[in-house]
Amino acid sequence: MAAKRASAPPTGSIAPAEVAHLSSLARLGLTEAELARLAAQLEVIVAAVGQLAAADISSVEATAQVGELRNVIRTDVVAPGLTAEEALGNASVTAAGFLRVPAIQ
Amino acid sequence: MTLLAASISELSRQLRRHEFSAVELTQEALDRTHDLDPELGAFLRVTPDLALAAAAAADRRLRDDPTGASVLCGIPVAYKDVVCTQGVETTAGSQILRGFIPPYSATVVNRLSALGVVPLGKLNCDEFAMGSSNENSAYQLTRNPWDPTRVAGGSSGGSAVAVAARLACATLGSDTGGSIRLPASFSGVVGVKPTYGRVSRYGLVAFASSLDQIGPLGKTVEDAALVLTAIAGQDQRDSTSVQAPVEGFLQELRGGVRGLRLGIPREYLEVGIDPGVRAVFDRSVSALAGLGAEIREVSLPTTEFALAAYYVIAPAEASSNLARMDGVRFGPGSPAATTLRGAYEDSRHQGFGAEVRRRVTLGTYALSSGYYDAYYLRAQKVRTLVAQDFDRAFAEVDAIISPTAPTAAFPLGERTADPIAMYATDVLTIPANLAGISGISVPAGFADGLPVGLQVLGPYLGESTCLRVAQSLESELNVWDRLPPLAGAAG
Repeated sequence: MAAKRASAPPTGSIAPAEVAHLSSLARLGLTEAELARLAAQLEVIVAAVGQLAAADISSVEATAQVGELRNVIRTDVVAPGLTAEEALGNASVTAAGFLRVPAIQ
Repeated sequence: MTLLAASISELSRQLRRHEFSAVELTQEALDRTHDLDPELGAFLRVTPDLALAAAAAADRRLRDDPTGASVLCGIPVAYKDVVCTQGVETTAGSQILRGFIPPYSATVVNRLSALGVVPLGKLNCDEFAMGSSNENSAYQLTRNPWDPTRVAGGSSGGSAVAVAARLACATLGSDTGGSIRLPASFSGVVGVKPTYGRVSRYGLVAFASSLDQIGPLGKTVEDAALVLTAIAGQDQRDSTSVQAPVEGFLQELRGGVRGLRLGIPREYLEVGIDPGVRAVFDRSVSALAGLGAEIREVSLPTTEFALAAYYVIAPAEASSNLARMDGVRFGPGSPAATTLRGAYEDSRHQGFGAEVRRRVTLGTYALSSGYYDAYYLRAQKVRTLVAQDFDRAFAEVDAIISPTAPTAAFPLGERTADPIAMYATDVLTIPANLAGISGISVPAGFADGLPVGLQVLGPYLGESTCLRVAQSLESELNVWDRLPPLAGAAG
């Protein structure tokens, strides 16, 4: 279904099952009721941004970043930074100078 | 009349003449905030101890080295809560950052501190700066000081209200799609959206990194220009900050508009401008023409697609930036979770409000396989068209003028149930962010008792021109010192 969408102009339709998948990808942990409400709102928003399909973009490149920036690489110099204690100061759970998290399952 | 009603340069002169001390000025700001802010809701937290200590240090500096001290030395300011302040809780208006104490300060904060500025505290905003009304803050409502039943505008609503009610001499906000200019317009203050890269974003809680810019809000154009001059300039900690001179902001401020070509985009007047706002705009145009500006019509044909492009690009960047909000390194976390995935989901479910969930989901959708070309890539190409529109316009005119928003401040709750109506609030401000150019909103008059701003857009690194046009209008209209009803009897 997704592959078919890519070749067609955006239609603005978005299924509740897709919203559940997006919620899962983004680790939002939404409930069924929240998913249903969000699906209805996304339907409207996606339809609105779908008007992009009408723009004539045939002659332009994409812009990811404005301005006249280019990469400048400086010499890597050791400088003072945060101590481990400072860096961990806002963590909810730490152990022996590390962040502590539940096991990946 | 409160001391805080005076301009920064006037206060600075008085501080140097020892007519009052920075501690007295700061105490007055703290007292006003104590008295007025319970109704306004501009501040998320006030830091009286830090403020008074900084004020005492500023007084020593003004005594020991009055000529060397900055014009901003001893001036009380406050920061939008997306700007990191070392040792002072910074939440970005979100529950997921409740209790976050940054171990470092943003570059803008360090630069102002070095000049002896007095930090009063942190200002309310829409959660992660996502919103146009300040109603998306996880913590409190901010009310419009001209009418407490109306919104302050967003997302830098607290920043605008603190200036409008004379609780602070100036504030910092951030502007990703209009978040400085819109609340400035709604609250009757000056707000500058600098060119992308003009001001370091180091220490700004990121929303959409290719669009975000920190900028000042002030009572007057000069106040805003003074703060902009202090915070602008390249920073080795932000690779997107640009090297460009900043002296011109003040030097050219009073250059006038005689001979300047000002363009009115015909498409901007076709978005459903409220008649009261249109009347204020027309009077501003007449005033600028009367001062010698040459008024021309210009065309920005991609305007109709800019809003849609923004609401793909900004959520896409947000969905990526906010992935770091996982409750592990900062935020309350989820100590009871038994799996890592569960911990992430618990933290984010409890920590994110409705608008953030909407945008993260929308951004994830736009970036996901199968939709990327149709939405994200297409939006980035429309972004190119928007920038090309401005390039063509600025070949013909020196600056572009329009209303800042189609309406004045709207009633609280009016748009919260309708995301599309809320998003449309930004229709006239968003194109400047997509193109990365400079802009300002300056008070231009009132419609039914509510302030209305004029937006001036300048080219890339064209702040001087924006400020100059805004200064001319401010001097001509002389409405900047009109105080809102909620500024209290002290006003």
